[in-house]
Amino acid sequence: MWMWVVHRVTGVAIFFFLLVHVLDTALVRVSPEAYNEVIGSYKTPLYGLVEAGLVAAILLHAFNGLRIIAVDHSTWALRHQKQLVWAVWIIFAVLMAGFLPRHLMHVFGGA
Amino acid sequence: MTASSPEFVPGPKIKEPRIRSGRVRPGAEQWSWRFMRISGPILVILILTHLFINLVTGDGVSQIDFAFVAGKLASPLWQVWDLTMLVLALLHGGNGMRLLINDYAHRPALNKALHAALGVAVIGIIVLGALVIFTFDPCPAGADASLLPSFCKDLA
Repeated sequence: MWMWVVHRVTGVAIFFFLLVHVLDTALVRVSPEAYNEVIGSYKTPLYGLVEAGLVAAILLHAFNGLRIIAVDHSTWALRHQKQLVWAVWIIFAVLMAGFLPRHLMHVFGGA
Repeated sequence: MTASSPEFVPGPKIKEPRIRSGRVRPGAEQWSWRFMRISGPILVILILTHLFINLVTGDGVSQIDFAFVAGKLASPLWQVWDLTMLVLALLHGGNGMRLLINDYAHRPALNKALHAALGVAVIGIIVLGALVIFTFDPCPAGADASLLPSFCKDLA
């Protein structure tokens, strides 16, 4: 039940970001200056944190989606679906632990 | 057969679905289900690679500027990659939003309006993104050379 909520909420968040993301990338067709100015806001601390949240949403949606497919297609996965929910959170935690320090250094380290 | 087979007991009558999809095409929802399960794993690979290349390798988010994007989009591999990602992600996300609208927007007028807005957004963004990918020039004439990818110098 909770994973169902997680899947919906992250899905909606990713969808709206996707609309904005295509629009901002489309600025490469306007001019290098226009693109650089808008993409510059992606590098501010506030947006850097939003971006970390977005990556978190994508990872959760991705691995929970794979879990849903597994549960639909295999009785083994269906029987172990509780453990698979744990697997989703563990993979999520490991990948975020790898991503967050590096990303936050890029955002806050002035690199 | 001596053991009398249990008398047929009809199950409790299944109620009409609360919301009718209004669709008459048989199997349409099954195709939607199938599409989500096929596009999902492909998107996992496409998007996680996209995030890894753009946010983890090199200088992460700090490296992203016109020169970076132009350098990527000059390569056919990334053109195909980004186009596939664009189309699949918007169809997958758009179909997901369609399911949410059907779940939550019960008033027919609202349901219809939201579906229309969703259709316009999804098709508009796919067309816009595809146009950008197909008509993109990494070395636009007259642009400040310091903002362009380094290979533009060789062309000048």
